[in-house]
Amino acid sequence: MSEKSLLKKNKQTSSVGRRMHSNPNGYWFVLPYALLFAVFILAPVVMAVVLSFTNFNAIQFPKFVGFLNYINLITSDDTFMKFVLPNTVKYALIVGVGGYILSFLLAWALANLPKGLRTVFALILYSPSMTTGVAMAVLWKILFTGDQTGYINSWLMSIGAIDEPIIWLVNTNYLLPIVIIIGLWSSMGVGFLSILAGLLNVDESLYEAAAIDGVKNRFQEMIYVTIPCMKPQMLFAAVMQIVGAFQNGMISTLLAGNPTPGYAAQLIVNHVEDYGFIRYEMGYAAAVSVVLLLIVQIFSKLSNRLFGEKE
Amino acid sequence: MAAYKGHQMNPDKFEKSQIKIILLVLPLVIITAIPIVFIFFHAFKPMEELFAFPPKFITLHPTLDNFRKLMKASRSAGIPISKYVFNSIFITVVVVFGSLLISTMAAYSLSKLRFKGRLTIMKINQIALMFVSCAVMIPRYLIVNKLGLVDTFFAQILPLMALPVGLFLIKQFVDQVPDSLIEAAYMDGAKEWTIYLKVIIPLIKPAIATAAILVFQQVWTNIEASNYYVNDESLKSLAFYMNTLASTSTSNTVAGQGISAAASLIMFLPNLILFCILQRQVMNTMAYSGIK
Repeated sequence: MSEKSLLKKNKQTSSVGRRMHSNPNGYWFVLPYALLFAVFILAPVVMAVVLSFTNFNAIQFPKFVGFLNYINLITSDDTFMKFVLPNTVKYALIVGVGGYILSFLLAWALANLPKGLRTVFALILYSPSMTTGVAMAVLWKILFTGDQTGYINSWLMSIGAIDEPIIWLVNTNYLLPIVIIIGLWSSMGVGFLSILAGLLNVDESLYEAAAIDGVKNRFQEMIYVTIPCMKPQMLFAAVMQIVGAFQNGMISTLLAGNPTPGYAAQLIVNHVEDYGFIRYEMGYAAAVSVVLLLIVQIFSKLSNRLFGEKE
Repeated sequence: MAAYKGHQMNPDKFEKSQIKIILLVLPLVIITAIPIVFIFFHAFKPMEELFAFPPKFITLHPTLDNFRKLMKASRSAGIPISKYVFNSIFITVVVVFGSLLISTMAAYSLSKLRFKGRLTIMKINQIALMFVSCAVMIPRYLIVNKLGLVDTFFAQILPLMALPVGLFLIKQFVDQVPDSLIEAAYMDGAKEWTIYLKVIIPLIKPAIATAAILVFQQVWTNIEASNYYVNDESLKSLAFYMNTLASTSTSNTVAGQGISAAASLIMFLPNLILFCILQRQVMNTMAYSGIK
C-alpha cells in the first residue's frame, strides 16, 4: 500500500477504527522475533517431547518406542527414583519456594529503608545472580577446597567447629547442602527486583484506608494490603524463581563432576546431561527433560492459583 | 478513629525505626557479599599469599600477577587471548543489538497493533518464560546442527537472540504508552515504522535498558554455545576459555586459583558495572513486570 492511499484511508475511516481492525503490519513487526523464537525455543521443546517417545542414539534415525522411556524412568531407573527425584524435590522446595519467600521478605525489608541504602543493599543481594552459576563455579571450588588450606575448612578449624578438614565436594553428606546454599545465594534475581519494584509502587492511600479499617500491624498490612496489590509481580517473580532455581542446578556437576559422587547432588538437569551428553541416550534424556518441564509447569500452576487474577 | 501514623514504605529519610530492619537484613547482605569480595581479593593476591597458611581472606600486597599469568597462559595455547576477547565482544554486541531490535519491534506489534494471532503469540511467549533452557540442550543442538550453523558465529548468535523474558518486560512497558499518542501520530500521517522509531522507542528506554542487561548477562557468560556448537578453537568465546582455564588449573594447583579468580573477576565485572549504571531504569521497568 502506498503512502498516499494509506493517508486517504486514514481520512476516510477514523484512525481508531483502523487500528482496531486487522493490521497486517503487525505480522511484519513480530516476524523476526517469532521466527527465532520458533526455531530456537519452541521447536526444541516440541522436539524434546517427540524424542521422548523414541530410542535415539544421536547417530541412527530415532526409533519410535511409545511410552517405554517414561515406563523405564518410573520402574527401572534406580538412580532417578533413589537420588535424582528426592534431591530435586528437596532442592526445588528450599531454593525455589524458600528462596522465593526469602526474596519477598528481603524485598519487603528493603522497601522500608531510604533510597540510598536500599539501592546499595539491593545491588549487593542481586549481584550473585548476575553471572550464571557456571561462571562462579571456580569461586566455590576455591572456598570449599577439601584440605586444611581451604578457606572454609581453615575458618571452621580456627573457630574450633571441626577438628579435621572436611572434603566438602566429595563428601556425600555435604554436597547437596552446598549446592542448595549456592542456589539460595544466587536466587535474588529478576524476581526479587520485580517484587521490590512492586512493593514500592503500592498506592500509599491504601495503607491509610486499611489502617482506618482496622489493620493493626505490619504483618496484617502485608497480608491484606501489600500482597493483594502486587499479585502480578508476585506471579512473575514466582515463575522467574523456579526457573532460575532449576537452571542453577547445573552447578552441582560443575563442582563435583557428572555423576556427582554417590549421586549425592544429582539433580534432574544433571540427569538429563548425564544421559544426553555422556551416554548418548537422547530419547531417554528427552523424557527426563519433559518431566523437568512438567515439574516447572506444576510449580507455576500453583503460583497461578495463589496469585493469578481470578475472573 | 485510630490515628494513622504514616506507614514507612519507601521512606524519604532515615528514621530510628529502620535500625531494627537494618539489623535484620545486614547479616544476609554481608553473607551475600563475602564470596564476591573474596573473588576481588583473591584475584589480586601475590603468590606467597596464595600459598599462605592458614589462608588469608584479605590481600595485603595486591598485585596484577594473576592477570599477567592469565595473558601468558593464553599465549602458550596457540590462540591469543585477544582473539577470545574479540569473539566475545563481537558476539555480545551483535546479540544485544539484534535482540533489542527484534524484541522492541515484536513488543510494539503485540501491544499496539491489532492482528489475528496476537494473543496466542503473547500467551506462548508467556509460557516460554517457564522453559528451563538447559533441559532442551540436546534438541537445540540437533537444530543448530541441522541448520548447518555448527562452527560459525551464527551458532553463538542466533539461538540467543529471542529472549522471552526480554520481550515480556518490554511489552509490559509498551502497554503503558498511551494510545492517544499513537492516534495523534496516525493523524499526522505517520506509518507504523515511524511510530515505532519516533514514538515508541524514545518512551520505552528504561525497558530497553533492562532487556539489554538481561541479554548481556545471558550472552557474556554463555558457555553452552562454544561448548557444544563450535569445535573451531578460534571461534570460541572468552567465557568458554575462562571456564576451561578455571577447570584445568584449579583442580589442584594453588597457583591456578589466582589465575581463575582473575578470570572470574573479568567475567563478572562488566555485569556489575552495567547494572550499576542502569539500575534506575531496571527498577522502573520492574514496576510493570507483573503477569496478569
